[in-house]
Amino acid sequence: MSDQATFADQAMQYMSSLYAAALRMTRNPADAEDLVQETYLKAYRGFGGFQEGTNLKAWLYRILTNTYINTYRAKKRRFDETALDETEDLYLYRRLGGLEAARAGRSAEDELMDWFTDIEVKEAIESLPDQFRVAVLLADVEGFSYKEIAEILDIPIGTVMSRLHRGRKALQKALYEFADSRGLTERVAATPAANDSEPVTVGAPRSPDKRGDDAADSDVGAGD
Amino acid sequence: MNDHDDHDHGNCDDALHELYTFLDGELTDDRRSQIRTHLDDCSPCLEVFDFEAELRIVIKHKCVEQVPDALRQRIFDSLGAAETSTSAGLRTDAVGSAE
Repeated sequence: MSDQATFADQAMQYMSSLYAAALRMTRNPADAEDLVQETYLKAYRGFGGFQEGTNLKAWLYRILTNTYINTYRAKKRRFDETALDETEDLYLYRRLGGLEAARAGRSAEDELMDWFTDIEVKEAIESLPDQFRVAVLLADVEGFSYKEIAEILDIPIGTVMSRLHRGRKALQKALYEFADSRGLTERVAATPAANDSEPVTVGAPRSPDKRGDDAADSDVGAGD
Repeated sequence: MNDHDDHDHGNCDDALHELYTFLDGELTDDRRSQIRTHLDDCSPCLEVFDFEAELRIVIKHKCVEQVPDALRQRIFDSLGAAETSTSAGLRTDAVGSAE
């Protein structure tokens, strides 16, 4: 049995990333605070059963995600998933890649960093339906592996890949709309090199259960 | 002029098909180095990979949040309360110095 008294030493370091994830999930600071507090309390109480040597951060995220699903998740908002599937791959690159390449003298990362404000990126993530939003958060913001995400959400790895694939497209589309509303896209149109080389498509993940099981359940998926 | 014409389209297709698995660090070492070799030769693919990799850094960077002090305090307080109610006396001054 792990020593409950060491819990604070080991778990508190994840508070800011848990809080950030909670904010993206609940879209509301008061709920996010409650969610993080509840996560820590549950984790604290369950810490005795936590296996030393297993992934504490992933375990905390599992508690956070389950608590969110069971307690805070707003009523399902109808989201048109067919529109999501019609979004092409490399959505943002195809539209703004030329702009990034055309601006010499700055690193591409600096350039990209200026395109969107913090608030726009957060809003774009928050605009995604639950199951896609959570998968994208866990992978792209928290850096969890497919296997860890599968365990956190209690879903097969193929489903993780499918949700990431679709969620990332939707995220890029949402980001593009911010860029478009700010006139960035006109700068690209004025850039001769923008559409010079046409990249081929990125395939969907090669996994047997690519779709189907996701269409059937619209839950984030997780047990307790 | 399209650089892709000078290359085997199959390689570009394969590389882009695995773009996200590559960025996610989920490929085998072999496959990873094959893609790296392709990217060394193929600037259009490299451009796409760079764009996506940098976009991800930007997204991660812009999602950082500061925990409000009040929340931090609340959590410490609630854990303290949970401790005294469940296992009073377990914690001593000696505990908690794991490092």
